[in-house]
Amino acid sequence: MDMSQVVIDVKGLNKWYGEFHVLKNIDLEVHKGERIVICGPSGSGKSTLIRCMNRLERHQEGTITVDGTELTNNLKGIEKIRREVGMVFQNFNLFPHMTVLENLTLAPVWVRRMPRREAEATAMRYLERVRIAEQAGKYPGQLSGGQQQRVAIARALCMSPNILLFDEPTSALDPEMIKEVLDVMVSLAEEDMTMVCVTHEMGFARTVADRIIFMDHGEIVEQNSPEEFFSNPQYDRTKLFLSQILHH
Amino acid sequence: MQAFRLKEQLVPILTQTLVVGAILYVALLLFQNTQANLEARNIASGFGFLSVESGMPINDSLLAYAPADTYGRAFLVGIVNTLFVSALSIVLATALGVLVGVARVSANWLVARLAAVYVELFRNIPLLLTLFFCYSTLLAFLPAPRQSLSPLAGVFINNRGVFAPRPHWLDGMGWVVLALGLAAIGAVLLARRSKRLRDETGRGLPAGWISLGLIAGLPTLAYFLAGRPIDFDVPTLHGFNFKGGMVLRPEFTALLTGLVLYTAAFIGENVRSGIQSVDKGQLDAAKALGLRPGSIMRKVILPQTLRVCIPATTNDYTSLVKNSSLAVAIGYPDMVSIGGTIIGQNDQAIEVIGLWMAVYLTINLVLSLGMNWCNAKVRLVER
Ligand SMILES: Nc1ncnc2c1ncn2[C@@H]1O[C@H](COP(=O)(O)OP(=O)(O)O)[C@@H](O)[C@H]1O
Ligand SMILES: [Mg+2]
Repeated sequence: MDMSQVVIDVKGLNKWYGEFHVLKNIDLEVHKGERIVICGPSGSGKSTLIRCMNRLERHQEGTITVDGTELTNNLKGIEKIRREVGMVFQNFNLFPHMTVLENLTLAPVWVRRMPRREAEATAMRYLERVRIAEQAGKYPGQLSGGQQQRVAIARALCMSPNILLFDEPTSALDPEMIKEVLDVMVSLAEEDMTMVCVTHEMGFARTVADRIIFMDHGEIVEQNSPEEFFSNPQYDRTKLFLSQILHH
Repeated sequence: MQAFRLKEQLVPILTQTLVVGAILYVALLLFQNTQANLEARNIASGFGFLSVESGMPINDSLLAYAPADTYGRAFLVGIVNTLFVSALSIVLATALGVLVGVARVSANWLVARLAAVYVELFRNIPLLLTLFFCYSTLLAFLPAPRQSLSPLAGVFINNRGVFAPRPHWLDGMGWVVLALGLAAIGAVLLARRSKRLRDETGRGLPAGWISLGLIAGLPTLAYFLAGRPIDFDVPTLHGFNFKGGMVLRPEFTALLTGLVLYTAAFIGENVRSGIQSVDKGQLDAAKALGLRPGSIMRKVILPQTLRVCIPATTNDYTSLVKNSSLAVAIGYPDMVSIGGTIIGQNDQAIEVIGLWMAVYLTINLVLSLGMNWCNAKVRLVER
């Protein structure tokens, strides 16, 4: 892992929804190849934070720099960053009117101007990788939740991103499907993909994360390596959260 | 259990049979009663009148027509006019409606406001008034024939219409048609080649521009090579009006404009609610992939709005066809207006009304069938 290079640099980030202060003075550096898990109670601002990292939300104060490009209103910059940063959502958000293969080739063809044949070949490779190649011709509505989420991961991978953002990728899944999605994420981590994952899968966090970040009420309360985080939490809020989540 | 099943099936069948029977009985009564009344008043029934010479002038016809033609021919002119104005209005109203719907949800405040004002304005004013407005505005702004505007040689614009030279084909025109056909085939081949190139290399050809060049260029070349085989019948001023040439009447223009403006407001609302029915997550996912706003609209959002739009828009299309009968108010000779004149001349009201109903019913059933077919095409595939 090349820890020297900072690929996501968040400095003094503040965001409000109207009067509501949703992100408070966030500072965060993500290094190349690093795996970060963000956890915290519902409503603490986890989704808002990672959605700021590819400008699905705009911030009011502070700077976010991704791969050397600062996120501002500059459309060119936003487009460049979105090409490099993949995102996987809680509700999969596959395009229901397109087949699995069409979902995967849409962006490579229209954003990267990749020849369709090549895009389809790439798509099939990633579908095999998430072990779902035989479903290429089906529509999302015909797949199980776990299968849909694996397609969504493959769709993000087809753009060859440098960074992957995950927003609770297993929260909408039935328990028996969680593992198939986590397995894919673990294999990505083994390939040194830079990953920022909002998740409550503490087993995944323990084995995969380089760093765990705990958020509450729009603040980063503490961050630490998994060993320290689980064995020696520093703050009462963290202890309370851990006791709640680990006893479920 | 078995008996219960039987009863469950029998009751609806019985009630339906009763209802159908009752309707048929009432229809029979009406028919007999009408026959008796017509005989009492000495009105011949039947469709014989259709082959009688009409003697009525029609000032705007797509078919060759003269007052010496039959009532049947006159009515046919009306049907063709109704079909033409309806079809053209549907195409234009759909295009405008999609624009209005997309503008309604625009992030640009002014664009969204303007679209909202447009929709509220035309949805809430009776179509009849919109038609009167279009017609009288046109007439008010257009000069009398003697003061015609003439933006191009041979083209005259005045309150009787837009007059333009009518082309007559001479020998040698076959070459031009042939050239046009070849150009069209060339354009199709080019589009295929461009798609293949895009699939293989990621970049297509500027097929649109090349095709445009072909389709405009080849026939023009053939036209000059064949010795300019078109003769123009140029409209000329006779007394108070122009004779000869082709003409686009203000009645037609006003009807078309009114129908399009009115229907586009409704279609715009369908498109808006369709766009708003698409899950927010779709937009997130499309943006996160780096797609541009234009691609997102065309590839992700609009295709998903069709499911919501098509049923409501089918209604708007059928309303448009029926609304075209308001032509009678501004003197455009559609089917109802011509049929009305026929009734006035020979009292065949029931037959003409029957024809009207049959034609509208046929048009709208065909339209609905087509739209239902489209609807089935865009239905989402689910487990
Ligand atoms: N578009 C929005 N408008 C107003 N408030 C919002 C919006 N999105 C999120 N919030 C609020 O911001 C807070 C943080 O939301 P979120 O980032 O989704 O939390 P988390 O992902 O940690 O559960 C919540 O209290 C939520 O209600
Ligand atoms: Mg969340």
